[in-house]
Amino acid sequence: MIEVTEKKDYRSITNEMRLEFAAVSDNESFARMAVSAFIAPLNPTLEELSDVKTAVSEAVTNAIIHGYGNRGCITDRVQMNCELRGDILEVEIIDRGVGMEDVDRAMQPLFTTRPEWERSGMGFAFMEAFMDDLEVVSEPEQGTLVRMYKKIGLGSWIVSEE
Amino acid sequence: MEEDFKVIDNYLMIRMPEEVDHHKSVDISQRADRYIVSKKVGNVVFDFERTTFMDSSGVGIILGRYRKISCFGGKVYAVNAGSRIRRLLLLSGLENIVQLVEK
Repeated sequence: MIEVTEKKDYRSITNEMRLEFAAVSDNESFARMAVSAFIAPLNPTLEELSDVKTAVSEAVTNAIIHGYGNRGCITDRVQMNCELRGDILEVEIIDRGVGMEDVDRAMQPLFTTRPEWERSGMGFAFMEAFMDDLEVVSEPEQGTLVRMYKKIGLGSWIVSEE
Repeated sequence: MEEDFKVIDNYLMIRMPEEVDHHKSVDISQRADRYIVSKKVGNVVFDFERTTFMDSSGVGIILGRYRKISCFGGKVYAVNAGSRIRRLLLLSGLENIVQLVEK
């Protein structure tokens, strides 16, 4: 079972939110907007905001179309957990769908199980490119958990360095 | 929405929406293919002027249309692609497939 069981050290967490929504494609934009609103107090740069939105969009789309086979069933749920430890954002996207046998193969650029749907096969590659760290845990018939990290607010550093 | 698709000579012009994600991409691909078949256009031009967000679904739209038209010698073009969209295209290795056009 894909379950977040490890005990959390809540002393280092500065903010947290949990969201559960139906696995329908309308919610892809909802998930992006929710995460950008969540990190807004950190004054992210436009670049950082776009990076996080793209990565979340990829993970949520994967959950909806691959995890749940794009069936648009309202009782299929995607869970999004966000946490802030100072300026480090952690996002988890969890589905209880079909899961994956071989995570490494799925993460290869251009790999897709659905060539007929014109998927580009770039989902995981974009998550890796736009976030600082990416972990994927999956179990066939149990579901998939994607956990991503990104430091927010590096923009002001770069500007002041220059 | 229909005015977002326009045929000029042998080119299908597609005005891409503000947010290009999987939800929107299904509809765009289907409409584009209907134009490609019924109007027999050879080339496709994607206009990103309005677009503020795109994920890998946008790459899928471009790649899919390219596959449909390239065997007949057609080309895909991107107009008004900002730095973000250029980066996405570069990351996906589409720089040799899409012709970037400066307006």
